[in-house]
Amino acid sequence: MTLDRLFCIMLSVVALAITPSAFAQIKIGALYPLSGQVAKSGEDTVNAIKLAVEIVNGQYPDMKIPLASTAGLPNLGGAKIELIAADHQGNPEIGAAEAERLITQQKVVALIGAFHSSVAATSSQVAERLGVPYVSGESEATPLTERGFKWFFRTTPSSQTQARDFFTFLRDVNKTANPKVQTIALVHENTLWGQEFAKSVEGFMKDFPEFKLAIDIAYQQGTADVTSEVQKLSALKPDVIFHASYDAEAILFARTYKQYNVSPRGFMAIGAAFGSSAFRNALGGDANFFFVREHWSRDLAKTNPQVAQIAKLYRERYGKDMDGTPARAFTATIVLADAINRAGSTDPGKIRAALAATDLQPSQLIMPWDGVKFDAKGQNQGTKGIFVQTLDGSPRLVWPIDQADAKMVWPRPTWR
Amino acid sequence: MTYELSGPLLAQLALSGLGMGFLFALIAIGLTLIYGVMGVVNFAHGEFLMLSMYATYIAYATWHIDPLVTLPFVAAGMFLFGVMVYRLLIRRVIAGSMYSQIFATFGLMVFMQAAAQFIWGADYYAVRQSWLSGVLILGGLTLPVPQIASVVGASLSTALLYWFVFRTGTGRSLRAAAQDRQAAATLGIDVDRMYALAWGIGSACVGVAGSLLANFYPIFPRVGVLFVLLAYVAVALGGFGSIHGALLAGVCIGILQVIAGFFFDAQLKYIPVYLLYLVVVLLYPRGFAGRS
Repeated sequence: MTLDRLFCIMLSVVALAITPSAFAQIKIGALYPLSGQVAKSGEDTVNAIKLAVEIVNGQYPDMKIPLASTAGLPNLGGAKIELIAADHQGNPEIGAAEAERLITQQKVVALIGAFHSSVAATSSQVAERLGVPYVSGESEATPLTERGFKWFFRTTPSSQTQARDFFTFLRDVNKTANPKVQTIALVHENTLWGQEFAKSVEGFMKDFPEFKLAIDIAYQQGTADVTSEVQKLSALKPDVIFHASYDAEAILFARTYKQYNVSPRGFMAIGAAFGSSAFRNALGGDANFFFVREHWSRDLAKTNPQVAQIAKLYRERYGKDMDGTPARAFTATIVLADAINRAGSTDPGKIRAALAATDLQPSQLIMPWDGVKFDAKGQNQGTKGIFVQTLDGSPRLVWPIDQADAKMVWPRPTWR
Repeated sequence: MTYELSGPLLAQLALSGLGMGFLFALIAIGLTLIYGVMGVVNFAHGEFLMLSMYATYIAYATWHIDPLVTLPFVAAGMFLFGVMVYRLLIRRVIAGSMYSQIFATFGLMVFMQAAAQFIWGADYYAVRQSWLSGVLILGGLTLPVPQIASVVGASLSTALLYWFVFRTGTGRSLRAAAQDRQAAATLGIDVDRMYALAWGIGSACVGVAGSLLANFYPIFPRVGVLFVLLAYVAVALGGFGSIHGALLAGVCIGILQVIAGFFFDAQLKYIPVYLLYLVVVLLYPRGFAGRS
């Protein structure tokens, strides 16, 4: 071996050693409420993102989730993803400022966020202006994907799509229920998320003429007392109540319903609050029979073993059970990592193009969806909803009936 | 939308209003007492409420002690906590400018919120099936027990406080220290001790409120903010430093928000409260019963 050949070999060894380290860490920014009113949900959600990053960075050969079987991102020389989480406190202005900081100072290649739709609205504006991809896994307000943004992608269904599930569910129930459900009351908090849900429900009323909206009650998030709200419902006695509430008010409403014996045939909630572990711990037996329109359930493990694997890892790492919002944030993170890998580059334009070309199959997900594929507005077209009912203290998948894990209880028994 | 205005419905609304109102009043009385005696606004008052709610919950979750039993202990514990805050923090800034007092209690608020989240996490806790849960059915009336308990507990505590402040020697010294610090000192009253006492009693009031509130309200690090904001309004409405002013204003706020929430839009139920506040402050700048 001549000296210059040896030199060549050494050079290529050095080059090999350098190449991955050039990409060694690919920074992704996560914007979540880590203090303030919904800090608990923010924490749970960021934990799921951490788990997704761990699965991408590590090797899990028995999973079909993209990038699980390989270490890091193979198209970027096995580069690892580094997660930088920022706290927006549920405040849209802080969200925008943190997005700017993550992009300009931390040099993240993409953002993920933001739990609150109101914060996703402002922070994605910053990403749009600076030309950085933004993936939202759980901000549901419909207008987010109606703004014609180029850099915004949403894996979760919008609140409009979710509202339709409430009506198809009731139409299904009415096939066998006697008496049939006719009147609906709508109770929602008055930030963007609740308002949008209310608007969508009102919009679907004409497509489902057999139902009548008895009342629409908007309340202020962070209220000290809900007696007046519940008294209105007590006077009207609607057949079902649709709810859009965050954790503290969900507990307060449920207790006040019980106090005044407001007992419709079903309570149906959007968002996880009425089925969360905090809700079940706070209410014990009274937490039973609430329906939650969910995105995800551990019962999906029956048809998708990956669900059980991920749920188990989550429980091991963070000491509590995974629920729908963390599962969606997990999925959004995987979608983003898969796009960065297919882009084979940290160039924002290439990542955006790869995101737009995303085509994941149901078997690659932990969601009950038909897949992940974005339309021109950046909205995932493959989403599907389920209804979960808390039975004997644990949430069980009860609808659609062909995927159900337990038989739903309808109408709900009166308060004990 | 119209509702049938039945007697029971009005009675129920009034009782819920009274239940919340007495709680707002009790929180406001603690606040106004501290202000009245030494002219310091305790911005961490809501966090004192949060702390007493956690204390009640921890006793319940760990040793299965009912909030009703814990109540006197929480009140006593909060008394000591208030004295401790005065001795360790407030006494050091009392001679300084008003800004340093504001920043001291504001800083304490931020610290206590962050500490609660650090220690107990951001999760929501709630006392389940306490003795004071459920409802009392009287004829056509549904009366939630926690709210009856708030009315009874808060009015008993207020009566006790009145007796103490207006009928005992120590109460007289407390009022003397509030009126004129130097004159009181010349007459041999230990002003420093009176200040500590004001902090102790003010915190004990919020301790009682926290224990009663824990019967039905979820507990989380920022819970104090929701209640103390309305308590500030009650203090200003009632007149800074006035105990009966705070009591009256607290009860008014409680009733007003329930009635407004029922007859108008629920999301606007605090608007009449703040409107009343504006009107009173414009017409009677000293509040219902304020002093100059």
